[in-house]
Amino acid sequence: MAITSIIEMDNISKSFSGNQVLKGVNFDVRKGEIHALMGENGAGKSTLVKVLTGIHSRDNGIIKVKGKEAHFTNPKQAEKQGIIVIHQELNIIPHLTVAQNMFLGKEITYGKSGILNTKKINELTKKSLHELGVGNIKPDDLAGELSVGKQQMVEIARALATNAEVIIMDEPTAALTDREIESLFKVIQSLKQQGVSFVYISHRMEEIFEICDRITILRDGQYIGTENIADTSFEKVVKMMVGRELGDRFPAKNNPIGDVIFQVENLSSKGVFHNISFVVKEGEILGVAGLMGAGRTEVMETIFGYRKKESGTVKLKGKVLNTSHPGNLIDAGIGFITEDRKGKGLVLHSTIRENISLTNFKTISNGGVIVNSKEKMLVDDLIEQLHVKTTGREQVVQSLSGGNQQKVVISKWLGINPRVLILDEPTRGVDIGAKKEIYTIMNELTKNGVAIIMISSELPEVLGVSDRIMVMHEGKISAFLNRNEATQEKIMTAATGGN
Amino acid sequence: MKNYIKNNLSIIGPLVGLIIFSIILGFMSNNFLTLNNILNLFRQVSVNALIAFGMTFVILTAGIDLSVGSTLALGSALTAGLLTSGMDPLLAVLIGLLIGLALGAINGLIIAKGKVAPFIATLATMTIYRGVTLVYTDGKPITGLSDSFTFEMIGGGYVFGIPFPVILMFIAFIILYFVLRKTVFGRQVYAIGGNEEAAKLSGIKADRVKIWVYSLTGMLSVLAGIIISSRLNSAQPTAGTTYELDAIAAVVIGGTSLAGGKGKIVGTLIGALIIGVIDNGLNLLNVSSFYQQIVKGGIILLAVLLDRSSDK
Repeated sequence: MAITSIIEMDNISKSFSGNQVLKGVNFDVRKGEIHALMGENGAGKSTLVKVLTGIHSRDNGIIKVKGKEAHFTNPKQAEKQGIIVIHQELNIIPHLTVAQNMFLGKEITYGKSGILNTKKINELTKKSLHELGVGNIKPDDLAGELSVGKQQMVEIARALATNAEVIIMDEPTAALTDREIESLFKVIQSLKQQGVSFVYISHRMEEIFEICDRITILRDGQYIGTENIADTSFEKVVKMMVGRELGDRFPAKNNPIGDVIFQVENLSSKGVFHNISFVVKEGEILGVAGLMGAGRTEVMETIFGYRKKESGTVKLKGKVLNTSHPGNLIDAGIGFITEDRKGKGLVLHSTIRENISLTNFKTISNGGVIVNSKEKMLVDDLIEQLHVKTTGREQVVQSLSGGNQQKVVISKWLGINPRVLILDEPTRGVDIGAKKEIYTIMNELTKNGVAIIMISSELPEVLGVSDRIMVMHEGKISAFLNRNEATQEKIMTAATGGN
Repeated sequence: MKNYIKNNLSIIGPLVGLIIFSIILGFMSNNFLTLNNILNLFRQVSVNALIAFGMTFVILTAGIDLSVGSTLALGSALTAGLLTSGMDPLLAVLIGLLIGLALGAINGLIIAKGKVAPFIATLATMTIYRGVTLVYTDGKPITGLSDSFTFEMIGGGYVFGIPFPVILMFIAFIILYFVLRKTVFGRQVYAIGGNEEAAKLSGIKADRVKIWVYSLTGMLSVLAGIIISSRLNSAQPTAGTTYELDAIAAVVIGGTSLAGGKGKIVGTLIGALIIGVIDNGLNLLNVSSFYQQIVKGGIILLAVLLDRSSDK
């Protein structure tokens, strides 16, 4: 039987103002397969998808959809041919109902009257949600009140309602809990049986090896190759991606651990978390695991003075800190790298220089006036120290890749010479090479006695990086585990409230 | 050089516009490009420019201040009251400026601490301040403020042939340019408009910065008001009505984004000059003020549309 490709992209090239981002890329999607698209940030994955769906025009190459050459000029045309993209930032309008979201832009009306046939819309929504196996989502639920996982299901249902044949998913699991990921995979598998194809863009190697059939790898806009998942290995894919052997994923950490430097005692915030107490030692990395909604981020934001606490104290070297405002914590030498890089970490349309300076005004100014030479020196030193790939300090951070943006955020905090550094999901949306660089930076800091608190939802990361692991469940600490006794199973048990 | 142009792209558009308008008007009217008219034009512009400088700070924090016109009226009426009571003019003016600072600070407090959207907060205070002005003046102008040289100088004086308000405008410009470009405070203003949450998490006291920004605008508005009352030797209860629109227009024409975080005070100066050139030029050409409004509105629209297309 001949293998039929729904999408064939041949020798695709694209450049933006002289900068070539795709250099002769080949990519094809067969009927009923799950095809992973992988590469480091900036490798050209999203550009390739944008060229496919007509957001960008191609400079060169051929795109065939179901055997016919296609020249889409906007995503609507691609959608008509059954190609639908589900973005990482979901396209859901929170204050509309599930049914209204499902039929957004294609509402059913009584004839041409313009009057909505709400009954039919709700019925059809119910039917498609049921077929997808998510009958627990009701058509008149407010979309904004659903979990991210369920919102994603609504988007998939919407895609199927428009007869999607190829669904392109960009980092679909980044914001999902393990249980939600499991049900997403079930849905993907069953749709695959029905002949729907998926393009699966992700940085999570384990997931790709779990559900994908083939994998295509890009590096620096170049097509590196396409492999059958069954015939390839983890190491090979990594090597194709970074162009070199990466070695161990987690660099060895064996620095001496000192005295307790940071203490949190009985910290509470009504309805969010309760009686949180823990310590961190100099040179130690404390991993914080838990499911989404366990209150990990909220605890850290409260420690940092960004949220109001109800009770409890935070101490540095035995001295109680005033947690009424982040500025006080920063002055004491505590840094906080937030989970939401774009929403809370960076001023996206500002330059690298301006972003790094935000936390470092004390160092770079004199009587409230910025000293240019000091600012440039600080920024350039940090860019060099962290190997930020950039055209220079005046580059706007928006135009950097995810990994490099994250390095800018880290730079901003290294500038204050922190004694305690809190990192919330430091490697989310960051490619595998940059991940390792971030672990290395963390190790370097601990060698100098910095205490690190790292929230992470990736269990291999928590296990690979931490000296000690704190697990949270529904606003409470459910376990402390030492590195040598911790396993994925133990963490998951504590995170789900079991014993 | 290339970098320089790139960094100042948002200014080049308005600047080219200003030059083109000036050349066209220069051809159409023999009086336009005379030294006298140019000085006169700058003097006319100075009032709007001073308010617009403050508005630039406000808009950079992603805010808006609709109360500037009412603040101008209330501040200058209270200053006029002090003057007619026989207070030393310099002292009266200083107190007037502090009143402006306080009126602005009230805006800032409502917005930062009360968490009210700037549009709503200043819409309310715009009405309140105007009402207080009308109550205080009983709806009548306060006249015969002072015949002291000091007070007349503010609105009507000249230094080396340059109108004093123009000098005040340039002094304010230089100081504020420096504040925005070179100080920590300036950086904080941009950061708050760019991403308030990131700014707060970087230890910036966003509330405090906002209160200062609105206070500054209040003070500059009253300064503009005092310039007007010095020229007229009277304070009008309806002074400054719709001035907020010209100030916002100058900021927007000058390329500052209403979404905050992006913009330059040089742009605002150019924007204010463009509005002044149009007003002045069309007056010289005897175009009715009805048509002037249409032209002005059209130019605001054009400026924003051009700004949009250069963003892409």
